[in-house]
Amino acid sequence: MTYLAKPKFHHPGLPKNDLGYTHRDYEGTVSTLCAGCGHDSITAAIIQACFELSIEPHRVAKISGIGCSSKTPTYFLGNSHGFNSVHGRMPSVLTGANLANRDLIYLGVSGDGDSASIGFGQFAHALRRGVNMAYIVENNGVYGLTKGQFSATADRGSKSKRGVTNTDNSIDLAAIALQLGASFVARSFSGDKQQLVPIIKAAIAHKGAAFIDVISPCVAFNNHAGSTKSFDFVREHNEAVNRLDVISGRMPIEVQYEPGKVEIVEQHDGSTIALRKLDADYQVHDRAAAQAFLQHHAAKGQIVTGLLYVEKDADDLHGHLHTVDTPLNALNEKELCPGQSALDKFNASMR
Amino acid sequence: MPNASPISRVNDFVVRFANVNGSGSASANEMFARAIMRMGVPVAPRNIFPSNIQGLPTWYEVRVTEANHLGARGGVDLMVAMNPQTFDKDIAGIEAGGYLFYDSTKELPASKFRPDITVIGMPLTAICNREYTDPRQRQLFKNIIYIGALTALLDMDVKAVEQLIGEQYKSKPKLIEPNLKALNIGRDYAILNLACPIGLTVKKADKVGDRIFIEGNASAALGAVYGGATVCAWYPITPSSGLADAFTRYCEKLRVDPETKKAKYAIVQAEDELASIGMVIGAAWNGARAFTATSGPGISLMQEFIGLAYFAEIPAVIFDVQRAGPSTGMPTRTQQCDIISCAYASHGDTKHILLFPENPAEAFEFGAIAFDLADRLQTPVFVMLDLDIGMNHHLSRPLTWDDSKKFDRGKVMTAEELEAGKDFGRYLDVDGDGIPFRTYPGTHPTKGSFFTRGTSRDRYAKYTEEGAPYVDNMQRLVRKFDTAKDMVPRPLQATSVNQTKYGVLYFGSTAPAMDEAIHMIEARGHALDRMRIRAFPFHSSVNSFVADHDFVFVVEQNRDAQLRSLIVNECGIDPVRLVPILHYDGTPITARFIAKAIGDHLDALKVTPMKVNS
Repeated sequence: MTYLAKPKFHHPGLPKNDLGYTHRDYEGTVSTLCAGCGHDSITAAIIQACFELSIEPHRVAKISGIGCSSKTPTYFLGNSHGFNSVHGRMPSVLTGANLANRDLIYLGVSGDGDSASIGFGQFAHALRRGVNMAYIVENNGVYGLTKGQFSATADRGSKSKRGVTNTDNSIDLAAIALQLGASFVARSFSGDKQQLVPIIKAAIAHKGAAFIDVISPCVAFNNHAGSTKSFDFVREHNEAVNRLDVISGRMPIEVQYEPGKVEIVEQHDGSTIALRKLDADYQVHDRAAAQAFLQHHAAKGQIVTGLLYVEKDADDLHGHLHTVDTPLNALNEKELCPGQSALDKFNASMR
Repeated sequence: MPNASPISRVNDFVVRFANVNGSGSASANEMFARAIMRMGVPVAPRNIFPSNIQGLPTWYEVRVTEANHLGARGGVDLMVAMNPQTFDKDIAGIEAGGYLFYDSTKELPASKFRPDITVIGMPLTAICNREYTDPRQRQLFKNIIYIGALTALLDMDVKAVEQLIGEQYKSKPKLIEPNLKALNIGRDYAILNLACPIGLTVKKADKVGDRIFIEGNASAALGAVYGGATVCAWYPITPSSGLADAFTRYCEKLRVDPETKKAKYAIVQAEDELASIGMVIGAAWNGARAFTATSGPGISLMQEFIGLAYFAEIPAVIFDVQRAGPSTGMPTRTQQCDIISCAYASHGDTKHILLFPENPAEAFEFGAIAFDLADRLQTPVFVMLDLDIGMNHHLSRPLTWDDSKKFDRGKVMTAEELEAGKDFGRYLDVDGDGIPFRTYPGTHPTKGSFFTRGTSRDRYAKYTEEGAPYVDNMQRLVRKFDTAKDMVPRPLQATSVNQTKYGVLYFGSTAPAMDEAIHMIEARGHALDRMRIRAFPFHSSVNSFVADHDFVFVVEQNRDAQLRSLIVNECGIDPVRLVPILHYDGTPITARFIAKAIGDHLDALKVTPMKVNS
């Protein structure tokens, strides 16, 4: 595999965002994933979301583990620092990075092998700590780079490309994220950009641990009949509870919504999410109800998508640790080193 | 057993307390040690404790040493036997002519004792039952009562203990009076009923000076505060937990913004050691000074991440408070057994910086400079403590800090430099020292970003699996490691007054025992040059030291002579020239052990050039 640079030139008429950037400024290198891979659609959605949010690309830190999904940070936000870390350990690296500088935006990219198997522990603990991040799992139910073994999100009874039936129960990462106290939980589908882009935007704007489970079919190893992570299966069984519009704080809400069908959710950065309800009874602020809803529909073989839960007034790890507003990596000797005078007092107390 | 005349010594003996853990004896025993220190007499206490919270045997040993021999000595002159479970073994451990102090409430047959020791019985349980009704009080005050008796038996200054009681319960003044009362119950009983003083006595001296009494875990944690650490991620493990606890305590005291009351630090108790080192690496990648504290099993779990930090060149500071391995081993016993697993931690070709402090004062200094070294060299740095340094109080020189000192953040390219068009290649060796420039995330909108990965890449951080750039990078890492040789603390050398063909290499907590052993070895008619190694990679003076001697002993506290292996491997030295002296039963190495092992070896070589005057 070689490093592929993208040509810099682009159409002069490309739309620009508030910062004067076009979506090309949010791209990375050319993807080396298989043609048609769901992950590339997620990459495109991340680019679109960051463009629409007018984020300074270099103010994002993109951190991943190991696997096909974890390769994708190379393909977006070329002017951001990226860190392709250790298999299953993105959450700890991201947590440390976030502690060092609370002012950056943290995008954690992982896969189902990375988060549901080898890194299940780190996935759990980063969410329960409330690390301020958008944690995206590109979930295809198989190990792609090692050629098609089942992952822990593969459904019981689903078939591998070679025809082997999976006998283990599956892990529903979104359901577990709910149980662990993630303050923003969503599920989407790589093939549904209209739903995915606003979810990513809302997750980035959310203060606290935001988790998105994105079903992302593997065209090479898990897109056949008998798979429950194939394009066809997901399209047929997608049970969307809502659709989102993320509106930046400066923009007045111009779209006219039908009364009773829209819920406005305020985000800490001043933006608002307009939730267009597809299921009139779905309560997006009720964690327990969301869990019950997921279980009920999973039993029927349906894949519930949309913004599943968002906590009002969520806080993050920095809030819990009560850290200073200045990023810790910007503190100098004067602020950190107590000097000889404090040491004199200390010595005197130790005699 | 032959009769022996009772030992008679002033300010030079070992008292050992045998207790049951969880009985509150630790603080009383520590007070005893402190009282002697307050009398101007140096002490070296050591806590020998089980991996348990309540009910198992524990010992506290106090070496009283006006001559400043702060290592463990071996042997016991006065045994304070408060634990029936270990009574027989405890008595067997007393030196001939030594003393036994025990609870004589229940009469014991004469066969329980030895004829060559002085037996001092005091009905402690009976006294406590008479004085107190509450069972917990009976237990706690029993400890203070025996301390009171010891002040009389050893002719100590009781005022020193009274003062310490006042200080200890400053915040709970109601407890001062009952403790003073218990102290005097014991002291008065001893004066009236026992032959005071015994042959072992403490006499006021002025040998403590301005030294402080501190555990290495505490001083190392304070070193991290002074070194500018802002992120600490850790997972509880004996014997290192105290380091993270102390860091928390000192940060709460020294690192809270006085106006906003907000913390200039972040401490996370991680879910395991993999997560703790992952957080350290994430934080350091993002420009904060970060560390973890762990012990051998934690180092094993961190291996994959340590290799990433080495290869991706991310600073990380790891305090390894070593304990006896392998596996769970003896978790509350000391060893220097992680030398190889830290020096070459992780798969593939890796080498890491190790620092070997000898005591708490050096643990403070190394704890602080580790952050400068990690930033300068952009690589993991291990501060190698052990349970003996970390969890025991040591009489240590006071901690000092140069207020004019600035943190060395190493080669970090700024937004201004990037804007001015300075070439940035993350893995480009611009200065020939093997150390490239890095940028912190978020520095510049269009310049200086790069992708950090554990996979191979070229000098500009671009992914590649081609052989030549890989080799180029691995060679640069070797160059960087060579650069480190002159940056890390140098070995300290002491040349014998008498010329000698023999030398000894040692490191870490072996130092005080070695310093004492050298006199004992000289008394046997041998001379030895000494070198204390303080860091890996080894400075060139280590090679010359070995080259200058026919044989060099390497004293260490592990089975496999790990430091020796490292010297053989890294310095290309013929192993025959390095004679291992190994102590690894989990107790701190003693001067007696070293002197005997080296002395016997030199005797066997028949290399004694001079006669000892008898």
